[in-house]
Amino acid sequence: MPLLEVKNLHVNVGGTEILKGVDLAVNEGEIHAIMGPNGSGKSTLAQTISGHPAFEVTDGDIVYGGESLLGKKPEERACAGIFLAFQYPVEIPGISNSLFMKSALNAIRRSRGLQELDAFEFLELIKEKANTVEMDEALLSRSVNSGFSGGEKKRNEILQMAVLEPRLGILDETDSGLDIDALRIVADGVNSLRAPHRAMIIVTHYQRLLNYIVPDFVHVLNGGRIVRSGGKELALELEEKGYSWLEEEALARS
Amino acid sequence: MTASPLTTPLVGKEQFLAEFERAESAFADNGRGWLQPIRREAIHRFAQMGFPTRRNEQWRHTNLAALESQAFRRAPDVSLNEEIVAFARSFLLAEPGALQIVFVNGNFAPELSSLAASDGVRVSPLAMAMLDEGELIRRHLARHARLDERPFVALNTAFLRDGAFVHIPKERRLDAPIHLLFVSTSAAEPFVTHPRNLLIADEGAEAKIVETYAGLSGAAYFTNATTELVVGPAANVEHYKLQFESPAAFHLATIQVRQERASRFASHTLSTGGLLARNDINVALAGEGCEGALHGLYLGAGKQHLDSHTLLEHASPRCSSREVYKGILDGESSAVFNGCIQVHPHAQKTDALQSNKCLLLSDAAAIHTQPQLKIYADDVKCTHGASVGRLDQSALHYLRSRGIAEAEARALMIYAFANEVIDGFRIDSLRERLGRRIVERFQRNGV
Repeated sequence: MPLLEVKNLHVNVGGTEILKGVDLAVNEGEIHAIMGPNGSGKSTLAQTISGHPAFEVTDGDIVYGGESLLGKKPEERACAGIFLAFQYPVEIPGISNSLFMKSALNAIRRSRGLQELDAFEFLELIKEKANTVEMDEALLSRSVNSGFSGGEKKRNEILQMAVLEPRLGILDETDSGLDIDALRIVADGVNSLRAPHRAMIIVTHYQRLLNYIVPDFVHVLNGGRIVRSGGKELALELEEKGYSWLEEEALARS
Repeated sequence: MTASPLTTPLVGKEQFLAEFERAESAFADNGRGWLQPIRREAIHRFAQMGFPTRRNEQWRHTNLAALESQAFRRAPDVSLNEEIVAFARSFLLAEPGALQIVFVNGNFAPELSSLAASDGVRVSPLAMAMLDEGELIRRHLARHARLDERPFVALNTAFLRDGAFVHIPKERRLDAPIHLLFVSTSAAEPFVTHPRNLLIADEGAEAKIVETYAGLSGAAYFTNATTELVVGPAANVEHYKLQFESPAAFHLATIQVRQERASRFASHTLSTGGLLARNDINVALAGEGCEGALHGLYLGAGKQHLDSHTLLEHASPRCSSREVYKGILDGESSAVFNGCIQVHPHAQKTDALQSNKCLLLSDAAAIHTQPQLKIYADDVKCTHGASVGRLDQSALHYLRSRGIAEAEARALMIYAFANEVIDGFRIDSLRERLGRRIVERFQRNGV
């Protein structure tokens, strides 16, 4: 049984249909890349799996660990092991980064019947994890994402993923706006989280992140549907040909 | 049909005028003849002004009809039972060496107080201090809090009986805070107290002074408090005013501050209790080169109405003031923020900054926010801003997407909003306790 199964998913945002029947199966241990031009619905798919209330599922289903996610709150999905690294991480003035991550980790631990970490245990954990994404410890005591640079925000997302250890990690355009050094650090962080029991979905516009994080499968999303699936070589083909051939194909079909 | 005057208690202004007639002979007995003309002037002024109506610009958004239509008795004497003692103790500060003076229903409670001061620092009931500090008290008491347009200061002054007296002598720098705690208990009938505090920090003195007002839940009463605070030349005073009155209480308080040259003063207020509460803080930056800061937080729920009026009077050159007020309103609560900055003609090089931010948690909650700048000098830097908003939904979703349940996520964000003010509280036990209270308050209300 796949860890995640997206079946004929239709999603509306503000009354407009963005996803028009997406099918996708992701098994434990696999990394899937979802590529596609702007406006193809990549982020919509990512946000819908994480449970953002603005994304309305009108048809189809998302099955995770054998259970439908529809009707489940975002926090329930997170506690079940789903993690979305945001394309635009939100700034929350007044809440320290470490209080935020401690609250999140302990909420997830509580939901699994595990004992909460105390302040001391958490500090030890967070320092170790911050090290792996080469994050300045000073950012832990700052307000969540407030005044962080673009690269710091993305690294902070990967740090959260490292702390929360999800079963399914979804990276929504984590590479956008990163210079090559930041890209490498983010990719190293993601690669260190690769594990047989963990799956990842990498949503990206460009192929370059996939030089660092090598996917098992690549899917091309266009016009709200997956129009092509293949291995990692598909990403290279896209890099070479761009996305314009998709339009030609779509025209040819119609 | 006319009801018998015996069974219809007087209310509003009339009850206080009648009570003054009855009480004055008792006041006159205490051997402080110099207070008598002050009281008489005050009751006269109160009689002229009466209860302000909403036609009065300063009271436009605060309706006193419920207060005016109620009869208030003199505060009952109570014996300190376990409940009252435990309640009072829950507000005491944990800092070692803190000097704490406690009043229950307006009466000094020596059993709950710890006043062992040294090096000339004096914390004592005002009535007691009048016996041996007559000269100092006479120089300051009722000299700073003006009566014009302030009917409740006039009322307080007319009924001036007791409260806290604090004197920090020259160059004394206190580490441990001084705490004034006013507890009200429940009684068969609503009652009124008029606490009057006089706080004096001499030249170069430093102190943190906390005023707490708290009432047992269910208690119906009216606290009408006035505090006069003198910050001497180059002195540094932090003043904290915490208002946890009972949900049925009326609380009207004025804090009048006078800052001498090169002094520093910071006010931190928290207003969260009471059915109707108003806090007036008036700071006169009287000497050159003063720094004044006003930080306030008001937290309303249910049908509460919380009014914060501040006046920063820049009366001398080269003074700076910083003001940050924040509010969180839930249910059908309402609040007023009115911040006036007044710059006198010769107060050049004034630097004043004011901001008010309010978070509305429900559709029925309302805030009236109004800055007032009255600037009569030309070389002045003055900025102000106000914002009203709701909880940021994208931040809320971000927290929830990390596994934090909605109720906890909301509490975290409310705490984060309030934290800017609470974080400035430089008394550790207070900061920790208030953080917890804020989270509990809005969780209890099902937010």
